[in-house]
Amino acid sequence: MSSGTAYITASCIIRDHCISRNGEVVLEADKGLDLQEMLRAGYDRFSGQYPKFHKMDTLSKLGWLAAEVLLQDSGIHQLPPEAAGLVLSNRSASLDTDLRYYATVKDIASPALFVYTLPNIVMGEICIRHGFKGENTFFVSDEFDAALLGSYPAQLLAETPLQACLCGWVEVMGQQYDTALFLVENKASGLSIPLSPKALGDLYQTGK
Amino acid sequence: MEKLMADLKVQIIEQLNLQEVAPESIGNDEPLFKEGLGLDSIDALELIVLLQQHYNIRIANPEQGPEIFYSVRTMAEFITAQQTAKA
Repeated sequence: MSSGTAYITASCIIRDHCISRNGEVVLEADKGLDLQEMLRAGYDRFSGQYPKFHKMDTLSKLGWLAAEVLLQDSGIHQLPPEAAGLVLSNRSASLDTDLRYYATVKDIASPALFVYTLPNIVMGEICIRHGFKGENTFFVSDEFDAALLGSYPAQLLAETPLQACLCGWVEVMGQQYDTALFLVENKASGLSIPLSPKALGDLYQTGK
Repeated sequence: MEKLMADLKVQIIEQLNLQEVAPESIGNDEPLFKEGLGLDSIDALELIVLLQQHYNIRIANPEQGPEIFYSVRTMAEFITAQQTAKA
């Protein structure tokens, strides 16, 4: 089991067309926008200059955008690439994209969609963007599992070379989505909330 | 040929989701891969799909790919040659 203390140092929640960072709303998109338009608004506001974003599937866009907001002003880029990892989870895996891909198979199968027919691709996109090379794992579960996400990253920080870990929930199915990413580190900074299932669960529930 | 190249630029942008690229910014002779638009191997497959969907052209010899997809002009020349051969 884990030893030592891990801290939740930052959070980003994308829900109901609002993007929050550390509990503060940083973008409130027009509720009339569809999900793709909302994600584009977030990209324009917080990133830009990354054309690959437009080629991603919705799951990857959500996770990538949340990471973009989460890691603003973070010291994670000072760490060795092998010291930053990810533990993500969701309910629908890549089903949203799987169905879109399946629809193209009837005509000409889309290579661009095919490459996103795995849920862990979102982690690859985040790793490519930020240069992370640490351990990463994707779990599929019915709902946000605070017990798992509050303990497994702590174990990784205690027992592997990881010094920072992005963890959380990235779910999308059609126009329904819910994203909550947290930065967990073995040194206190930012929010400096000791990592525990209750603390993570409470942060996840914020604004629900 | 000019009309075909203009159409191709719009179709490439749409097919490859190049949302930050304007058609007029793509040069007719600009390399599409590497230093040009920076397309990758998945984009190459999507260009093959584009030829099938929009022009009903299938590439019989995959080794021709780099030559056909070098630039918008080489694509247009290939399409024109195929259409002429079918006529």
